[in-house]
Amino acid sequence: MSPAVKLGSAAALLLLCTALSLMTGASWIPPAQVAAAFFDPDPMNIDHILVSTTRLSRTLMAVSVGASLAVAGALMQALTRNPLASPGLFGVNSGAAFFIILFSSLFSLASLQAGLWCAFLGAALAGALVWLVGNLGQGRLNPLRLVLAGAAITALFSAFSQALLVTDQQGLDTVLFWLAGSLSERDLALSAPLLAGSLAALVLALLCAGQVNVLNAGEEIATGLGQRLGLIRLLLSLLIVALAGSAVALAGNIGFIGLMVPHMVRRGLSIDHRWLLPGCALTGASLLLLADMLARVAILPQEVPVGVMTALCGAPFFIILARRGGRRE
Amino acid sequence: MSRQLTWRLGPLSRRVDLVTLMRLALALLATLLLVMLSLSLGKVVLSPLEVVQILLDRQGSLQGSLQGKGLPFIVEQLRLPRTLMALQVGAALGLSGLILQAMVRNPLASPDLLGISSGAGAAAVCYLAFFSLSLGPRYLPLAAMAGAGLAALAVYLLAWKQGATPLRLVLVGVGVSALLTAATTFLLVFSPLMTTLSAYVWLTGSVFGATWDDTLTLAGWLLALLPALVWLARQVVVQQLDDSLAQGIGVRVQWLRASLLLLSVALAGAAIAWGGAIAFVGLIAPHIARKLVPPGFGGQAVMTALTGGMLVMLADLIGRTAFLPLDLPAGIFVAALGTPFFLFLLIKQR
Repeated sequence: MSPAVKLGSAAALLLLCTALSLMTGASWIPPAQVAAAFFDPDPMNIDHILVSTTRLSRTLMAVSVGASLAVAGALMQALTRNPLASPGLFGVNSGAAFFIILFSSLFSLASLQAGLWCAFLGAALAGALVWLVGNLGQGRLNPLRLVLAGAAITALFSAFSQALLVTDQQGLDTVLFWLAGSLSERDLALSAPLLAGSLAALVLALLCAGQVNVLNAGEEIATGLGQRLGLIRLLLSLLIVALAGSAVALAGNIGFIGLMVPHMVRRGLSIDHRWLLPGCALTGASLLLLADMLARVAILPQEVPVGVMTALCGAPFFIILARRGGRRE
Repeated sequence: MSRQLTWRLGPLSRRVDLVTLMRLALALLATLLLVMLSLSLGKVVLSPLEVVQILLDRQGSLQGSLQGKGLPFIVEQLRLPRTLMALQVGAALGLSGLILQAMVRNPLASPDLLGISSGAGAAAVCYLAFFSLSLGPRYLPLAAMAGAGLAALAVYLLAWKQGATPLRLVLVGVGVSALLTAATTFLLVFSPLMTTLSAYVWLTGSVFGATWDDTLTLAGWLLALLPALVWLARQVVVQQLDDSLAQGIGVRVQWLRASLLLLSVALAGAAIAWGGAIAFVGLIAPHIARKLVPPGFGGQAVMTALTGGMLVMLADLIGRTAFLPLDLPAGIFVAALGTPFFLFLLIKQR
């Protein structure tokens, strides 16, 4: 199969998942009703209201978060040239978690809106810190230093969070669910700015794909081809922090997608970032949608944290793909 | 150029770098000082002199002032085993990380990432959730160790395909680790608050309440592993080479890889079984050590063990003294201490 066909089928899969996601939930809504909810809405019909409010926002959120995380992961692995790098390495997840915990224990966060921005602030701050340390004292960003600084700062922030959680035991139970990742009870209007932001970042990332290919060829080749290494690395870092930061603010800690989806797509589709990045976006979104659907219905009436479900669905598949890699590496 | 000493003794021959030796001696001194400090600080503060008196006194012939308040009990039964436990746990985790990083040729490798910690964590949380009521906490270390071993075995078997390449080991490790972490989180979210709390503390890592029994058992484990470490130390370097190159100079790559993995799992598994899933030591201690001594696996290994040990000891010291009367898990402070120091080294290095 040519990459284009594969990409097309990934897009078809995403559409299918989106449609299914609108139908599944505590109560099953047949396709005709879902279509009617969009084209011929009846304000008195409970099913219609359900589809156009909670399920639609949840589905959009899952698509955006899944795509953002996967693309951020692919960019991160290209930037650091390390197959173990995940967007969490920029400290965004632990930074966001720490800020959420800190603010909820200091000011008992009143609104979801505040929580959202708080998380994004934490993510951005941690990302900036990692980038600064990775860059300090040297002319250019060194991938190894960046990765090590990221790992260290991530650990630092999670240690702070742990300290707060161990001392404030009541807070633990409420925050734990958020830490595990969840897409429920997010209001579309509140998260609209972040959604729009991550969409813009996604488009920008796709536009950069060619540059990423050049960067991936190696430092010397990239310089020789006339690439401005410092600039492109800064741009990629900004994109990663924006994508992963908004994802973690919207949905909490979903660690698996950013690390694994790029590997899956690289094995299944292509190593050319012009194909890889859109492939990651589609696959990441589909995977998160699937996981979210399962999370909703697996143990009714409760919900499984979607971060847990993503790992449970994706990891076996990922292991199979990793095995299929052959002996070349 | 640095001066070298040579020590010839059959397969145990070593070339020892003088600079390395000096720095190791300094680190050892620092470790001993830290042990003394850890023994003298706590709810009851003793002077180092008193600590030495208590430790040297074997006949109970101390003056009444020291004996009367039960100070020997505090130092010898409470603080000493705990301090030594922290030292061992840190050293073992650090070494495990150093071996893994050399083996898979990736600076991000650590027992946390390869499913070892998450296997132990999942097993321990399972145990706490389902069996601790009926069996008590006694078998928790066993459960954790079994979890670590099983997870590592699963990673190795799943990565095996006419041999196990480093990249495949790492990727499969990450996958298995993600699965197990998900299972752990699931258990945490849906278990009652008490279980959640004790499990969370265990996952953070703590040497609270270590007894002589625990400490000596762990010491026995580590001593048993020492010959393997010494024997493999010379071969580790070869793992840094290309597989075909290593084969070319006569190394059985797959055997070496399997035994290194086994050694690293045994080290980390033992440490985690008694110290809880203290994260980050395995990742950071080798990097700190690498910046403190010149290249060479032997020197780095000793330095890593000392660094890891000091890190956990200091973290535990802060955890039990800084927030009295709270006794916080050491795992919290490992990163808080290790990170600034590591970042300092990272920035200082050109």
